[in-house]
Amino acid sequence: MIDYKRRSEHIKKLYEQQNALDESIAHQMMSSEKIAFATSQWRMMWRKFIRNRIAVIGGIVILLFYLTALLANFVAPYTLKQRMTAYSLLSPQRIYFFAEGRFQPFVYGLKGSRDPKTLMRIYVPDPEKRIPIRFFIQGEPYKLMGLFPASTRLFGVEEGIVSLLGTDGQGRDMFSRIIIGSQISLTIGLVGVALSLIIGAFLGVSSGYFGGWVDNLIQRVIEIVRSFPPIPLWMALTAAIPPHWPPLRVYFTITIILSLIGWTWLARQLRGKVLALREEDFIMAARLAGASDGWIIFRHLIPATLSHIIVISTLAMPAMILAESALSFLGLGLRPPLTSWGVLLKQAQNIQVLLLYPWLMIPGFFVAISILAFNFLGDGLRDAADPYTV
Amino acid sequence: MKTDMTDGNDTVILEIKNLTKHFPIYRGFLRRIVGNVQAVNNVSFSVKSGETLGIVGESGCGKTTLARVILRAYEATSGEVLYRQNGEMINIFSLKGQELKKLRRDMQIIFQDPFSSLNPRKTVMEIIAEPLRIHGISRGQELKLRVGELLELVGLNVKHMNRYPNAFSGGQRQRIGIARALALRPKLVICDEPVSALDVSVQAQVINLLEDLQNELGLTYLFIAHDLSVVEHISDRIVVMYLGSIVEMVPAQELYKNPKHPYTEALLSAVPSIDPNTHKTRIILPGEIPNPSDPPPGCKFHTRCRYAREICSKETPKWRDMGNDHYVACHLADQLTLQGITNNL
Repeated sequence: MIDYKRRSEHIKKLYEQQNALDESIAHQMMSSEKIAFATSQWRMMWRKFIRNRIAVIGGIVILLFYLTALLANFVAPYTLKQRMTAYSLLSPQRIYFFAEGRFQPFVYGLKGSRDPKTLMRIYVPDPEKRIPIRFFIQGEPYKLMGLFPASTRLFGVEEGIVSLLGTDGQGRDMFSRIIIGSQISLTIGLVGVALSLIIGAFLGVSSGYFGGWVDNLIQRVIEIVRSFPPIPLWMALTAAIPPHWPPLRVYFTITIILSLIGWTWLARQLRGKVLALREEDFIMAARLAGASDGWIIFRHLIPATLSHIIVISTLAMPAMILAESALSFLGLGLRPPLTSWGVLLKQAQNIQVLLLYPWLMIPGFFVAISILAFNFLGDGLRDAADPYTV
Repeated sequence: MKTDMTDGNDTVILEIKNLTKHFPIYRGFLRRIVGNVQAVNNVSFSVKSGETLGIVGESGCGKTTLARVILRAYEATSGEVLYRQNGEMINIFSLKGQELKKLRRDMQIIFQDPFSSLNPRKTVMEIIAEPLRIHGISRGQELKLRVGELLELVGLNVKHMNRYPNAFSGGQRQRIGIARALALRPKLVICDEPVSALDVSVQAQVINLLEDLQNELGLTYLFIAHDLSVVEHISDRIVVMYLGSIVEMVPAQELYKNPKHPYTEALLSAVPSIDPNTHKTRIILPGEIPNPSDPPPGCKFHTRCRYAREICSKETPKWRDMGNDHYVACHLADQLTLQGITNNL
């Protein structure tokens, strides 16, 4: 017989001494350590995230974009349809910020004429005529966020024109159109990602959690959806949209089409995560305590995969924005009078535009900047998402 | 039926009858079954109320599977598990829905790995409160009080309730796991190698805690381990498993003095001794543990047994009563004199 009792008595005594020592050490470093012990996952993620400068910049850019989209009608000096035919195809104007040594932004008035050889319209600034840019000026009436009637605009001019990014062939201000178009371009991504998130999360989590034939079926469906080439598939699906439908319905149909294809990526990733989590003892513990499948999915699996869901959706946004732009550019997506970045880019389809009116391609830069910002943000979030590793 | 199960004062709380669990092996696109891993094979034993039944055997012999089948984490292939509820033995494999959920209150488990068993995203409070919330037993301030009581019961500081598991050591995490298992006031606790992931010094603490809790709360333990010295210390009776089957079932004292199965003898010879004067012959089992999807015929142990005779590879040994509550499955149980641990200090 091993005298385990005696041995453990001795060890117990040793351990009590050790514990007393630990306590006293713990007391000494209480203030700083205590915080770390009770830090939640989200706070740890946030700490890691704000150290990543590029990701933070990406996040700020995205916030600014969405804020502008929300207040688009206020920020834009003109409405979507306001035509200033006297100033069609005007190149971006130069803005002067100081007049006579003090801050007073202004633009010069313009004199229009035609090039005698090419018959192209040219505009010459008239240095005699300074048009001051006024802030919070009264302009065309609009509805803020589609709800509140208003007519105050962030900036504008009382006569002539202020056009930061030039005008198009019909004399419409590109800056205003880009800002207002961002409403559709940026939200089609949100709505699309949200929809594919719901489909992907539901199917991915069930696939991983239930396994067996459910898993088999969902995975085969994913393979089928993924094996279609995307552009012909979009073309086929959008061709099915009746041309007489109102623009808003077309917009939602396109979102649904995009998300019906976009969910597979998320579903695969979540399935992998859930497969690994399912084997953890704490899931078994919950089940043996009598938890239902719903309890385990919503209290354990979804919270554990939430950080990944956020990362994946941030990284999926660019794909949605690009898809909308590509579809609209090809004439398969949104059509005027709806205005999105893709619709605006459609004007830049010929060589004439590239050479003579390059400012019509500016919506493309907005697409690029928003996608870069989303990617930087997503990368930063991904690095921060698992604070337990490294 | 009831009279059968009652043996004097020792009430049988759990009875396992011919329990078998096979895991099918699937192959190919059509997922055809090409074989079975025979994790638990025709296992029968009973557990008396208030006792600690130790289950030992090397890794992969089916101990954990057995525990999980009893808890209905896996569905059994065949056999039954009877559990005493309100004085009646009920077959737990026939329970469904709410009845099963009610049974879960009575039977709980303590896991081997104190890291995997606690959700790193939840605080100690949330972890221990979870079973209480699932069963809707208490909420709000009362829930907090109960969690506090449980923490005190397992020797942890109530002030640490809002910490996350990463702030605790292995031994403390195991205490949290024990508190969670006790939250529903179970009668039977299955301890699935609760100390094998811990340092030896911490092992002693946790075992002492488990013993104190048993005395205080009148728990029945099914204590699984691969280390005889741990099991011997805490168990009243010990079941020795090899390759999914029970080879010997014996009161703890008797096992040490008088092992009857060659496999038990080999296990005992591996127990370290702190007395430098005892010289034991260490029995090294030749070969590997056989593949559980293709176990050897006859006595499953004959491929590694140093006493094996011809009969061992042909006939499956019967369950034999050796007296004194000692049972063994070996053809040569009468003939062999096996080496136990006779003298320690």
